[in-house]
Amino acid sequence: MKILYFASLKAKTGIGSEDVTPPASVGTVADLIDWLKGQGPGHADAFADLRLLRAAVNQEHAGFDAAIKEGDEIAFFPPVTGG
Amino acid sequence: MAVRVQEEDFDVGLEFARFTEGRVDLGGVALFVGLVRGDGQTVSAMTLEHYPGMTERQLEAIEAEARARWKLDDALIVHRVGRMKPGDRIVLVMTGSAHRKDSLEACQFLIDWLKTKAPFWKFEEGQGGGKWVDAKESDDEAAKRWGG
Repeated sequence: MKILYFASLKAKTGIGSEDVTPPASVGTVADLIDWLKGQGPGHADAFADLRLLRAAVNQEHAGFDAAIKEGDEIAFFPPVTGG
Repeated sequence: MAVRVQEEDFDVGLEFARFTEGRVDLGGVALFVGLVRGDGQTVSAMTLEHYPGMTERQLEAIEAEARARWKLDDALIVHRVGRMKPGDRIVLVMTGSAHRKDSLEACQFLIDWLKTKAPFWKFEEGQGGGKWVDAKESDDEAAKRWGG
């Protein structure tokens, strides 16, 4: 599973992307967030405030209840500020 | 219909000329040009980051939504990424239709939706470092009034 981090999430985790293999019990974006939180202090900081967190699954905006599976590309980022 | 994400600046006159060249079906073209707004002395430059791949997909989806809602004959979205300074052009939205109502409304819809759905993030540089710009609730409200 490929994880991408953008903007402040990238700054907090210190990485732009990583390949991870979460346990089989991780079936949704919310499960993944809970698991990623335990992967280090930077990750814990990045996922501390979920109100300012947005996610995409395979390049489409997704809610935290969205299902995920092996091979998916999951991205985490703050609310967008383009235009 | 076209969507472009690029580092280089765009020439509004040239884009308009290309957009309308050889066409006799358009009754009007609406265009919006977004500029980097300086905040007095506090913002010296900003860098726009995006999510390559998802950005293009989202812009194309937003454009398709506009075409479904209004009678558009053509549309163009150009969004810059990278480092820019106050006063620089950052985004161009152009919509062409037989009648002004469709082009004007679709143009506003596109920029409103783009601001809340396209994965771009602004990092502002200023005195004492820089910071990621927070999203505005007013942008969400502007997008919501279009529904969906």
